[in-house]
Amino acid sequence: MLYRLNFLLNAVEDVVSPYPLEGYRIIDFGWAAAAPRATCLLADMGAEVIKVETRKRPDPVRFGPDNLTRDPERDPLFHSINRNKLSILLDLTNSQAVELIKRLIKMSDVVVENFSPGVMKRLGLDYEELKKIKSDIIMISFPGVGSEGPLSDVVTYGPSLAGLAGLDSLVGYENERVLGMQQAYADINAALHGAFAIQVALYHRERYGEGQHIEVAQIETLLSTMPEPVMHYSMNGRILETIGNRNSMMSVHNNYRCKGEDKWVSIAILTEEEWETFCKAIGDPPWTKKEKFADHDKRWVNRKELDRLISDWTITKTPHEVMEILQGAGVAATPCEDTEDRFLDPHFQERQILIDVEHPATGVDWVPNVICKLSETPGGIRRPAPLLGEHNDYVFGDLLGLSKDEIEKLIQEKIIF
Amino acid sequence: MDKTLAGVKVIEMAQFISGPYCGLLLAGLGANVIKIEEPSVGDISRRCGPFLDNRPHPDQSGLFIYLNSNKRGITLDIKKPTGRQILIDLLKDANVLIEDMPPQLAQRLKLEYEHLKKVNPQLIVVSITPFGQTGPYRNYKAYAINASGIGGMSCIIGDPKREPLTPPFSLGNFQTGIIAANAVMFALTGQKKIGRGQHIDISEAESWAIFHTGNVVSSFIYSGRKRTRTGHRTPSPYPYTILPCKDGYLSMIALRGSEWKRFLEIVGDGKVPEWYSSDERFQDRLKAGQQYADILDNLLAPWLMAHTKKEIFARCREEHVPFTPIRNMDEVVNCEHLNQRGYFKEIDYLGEKKFKVPGPPVRFSQSLWNLSKPAPSLSEHNVEVYCEDLGYTQDQFRQLRNLDVI
Repeated sequence: MLYRLNFLLNAVEDVVSPYPLEGYRIIDFGWAAAAPRATCLLADMGAEVIKVETRKRPDPVRFGPDNLTRDPERDPLFHSINRNKLSILLDLTNSQAVELIKRLIKMSDVVVENFSPGVMKRLGLDYEELKKIKSDIIMISFPGVGSEGPLSDVVTYGPSLAGLAGLDSLVGYENERVLGMQQAYADINAALHGAFAIQVALYHRERYGEGQHIEVAQIETLLSTMPEPVMHYSMNGRILETIGNRNSMMSVHNNYRCKGEDKWVSIAILTEEEWETFCKAIGDPPWTKKEKFADHDKRWVNRKELDRLISDWTITKTPHEVMEILQGAGVAATPCEDTEDRFLDPHFQERQILIDVEHPATGVDWVPNVICKLSETPGGIRRPAPLLGEHNDYVFGDLLGLSKDEIEKLIQEKIIF
Repeated sequence: MDKTLAGVKVIEMAQFISGPYCGLLLAGLGANVIKIEEPSVGDISRRCGPFLDNRPHPDQSGLFIYLNSNKRGITLDIKKPTGRQILIDLLKDANVLIEDMPPQLAQRLKLEYEHLKKVNPQLIVVSITPFGQTGPYRNYKAYAINASGIGGMSCIIGDPKREPLTPPFSLGNFQTGIIAANAVMFALTGQKKIGRGQHIDISEAESWAIFHTGNVVSSFIYSGRKRTRTGHRTPSPYPYTILPCKDGYLSMIALRGSEWKRFLEIVGDGKVPEWYSSDERFQDRLKAGQQYADILDNLLAPWLMAHTKKEIFARCREEHVPFTPIRNMDEVVNCEHLNQRGYFKEIDYLGEKKFKVPGPPVRFSQSLWNLSKPAPSLSEHNVEVYCEDLGYTQDQFRQLRNLDVI
């Protein structure tokens, strides 16, 4: 009997879904970077994410710099961050379209948006309105600097938020001009925190039966990951400037030039033990015995000379050769990999940081894999990024119950558009 | 408002930033987080600072204080058999273990997931390592500069002719921490479906290589375009750049031509300057950004150097031009906007002085975020956890201390 029960339990376990968020439905008004990346994480784990688009103002990411064709169905970045999602078309400037989306929200768990503050209110879709449609709805917004406060009107792009948050003021060679991060770093950081916040709100709703509104002010989210420069100022009045690759705890802490074109290796040494094994691994050249490199403080003072001497050694080797030699001695040395290097790296290949998925327009896409590896509910990539309006029939027909004729009429009237 | 994660017991056996930031996010939402540190050594972030007046003290590191609020702290030597057994006791009714042991150490101590799940099948184990639990580099050592280098972040920051720059401080570790926190939530939700815990494999290198730079590789496969370092600008339609002005730097990005035109009208006092409108080279903004950006930088310099960040920012706001100042940390911490929003939190520092630390990364309307309890001093909650929670007698406790287990 017990045996049979176990057998049955095992059978149940075998059909358990690998998608922990299966059953949740998310209406995603997001575009550009922050919101779509947040919902990407949740779609990977099984949430049904319905991306609301319109031909009137398509997601600019469908026409990014690497889309050489200008075909909205062939942008590699769009495909990377929108896989696993569904797409419907609705022109929300039309009141009938707003009514349709409200019906859909009534059947959903989460609403995601990253418009400028005020847009959802103008559409009649702000949190207070949505609560009337569904009392326990969860809504999340990603305003750049926050929906309230003296700067709330400022238009920001992801890269400029790194400037407003002070991050860019630190990025550049030591005490030289500011170069900045040159990427939408704040958006990605906000997306990761937003995905976490949505999950927290879902957990909260299961437990307390209530929905909520979440605000991810991207400037604040970024600052929460920069406590050191904030506290250098708030504790000691010290305003940090461009710091290059410097790290005050490590006198060896840089990217060193290697054999080959634009090839570099990152080496970092924290402890005295690591320093000693490092010296031995590079063959104990006489300079390592000099008094000026005898301890951390001395090496710190003479770090520029030290960097030059280490480069004289690394330049004779490839980054992978340096890694093999130094890791064998327990020293943190790794290739500084460019785009192509990462595609070819045997470790990343074994761990499949990229994964191929068939796509009707491109044939095959290589997209970044799921961000973390869960042993029992790993999620996965079930479908490629959607074509514009690919799931109109499923959403308007199967979910909202409109007939084929009704859908056709809405298309004719450019409401489904 | 309620504590979303009240009753969730988390054992944090991780140091520096990645694991502790994950633990902090859970603690802020009400989880019961117990932090395990190595006896007499403690978390490495205790030695990182910043310190008040640069006076190092293990209980006064700014980084440690920020990352470990609302956690209870105990010391335990898990390399001793008794220590290992105590850890197992702590895990029997825990929901989550956050750990950052190198895989070979976990194996040597028989603390791998395969062992732990026998002790508590409901346990969610989050393993955070530089390269993950599998693959040829799994036992390699890496600091933040290594993870950002191999993860593809450094090769796109800096000057194309000089060494790649790692993102400042430990941004990547924070990215790992928030990814781990996401994974914990995936697993807590998953637990309701599958009725048991699971093992989560988090790699610091992959925090960059998948979510931040993975799509760069996707695009390369598709278009053959390799992203490299491009100094203070991006070769997009001009401007997508950082330029100096009288008292600092400005971030100048115009995705729309109309925004750029409005800025040029500010420069030309109501009219696009002659030097721009009459020059054929600048009319295609993409071509200008890729070929003539140095020339344009130089032509803009006289006007920029004659105006302050504040003046330029004010004019740009009036004209809806999305250019913003690169703010220094004093301007950020003293920012009227952030302070009016009540973003920063004041921490009482040994009763000596109050100072600001970053506030919550996200604002919830119903989930209570609370980090009012100060970070623990080394071994502060030993008696509370060992005697009250685990029920060890005074004698047993004394013995553990004498044997240097705790």
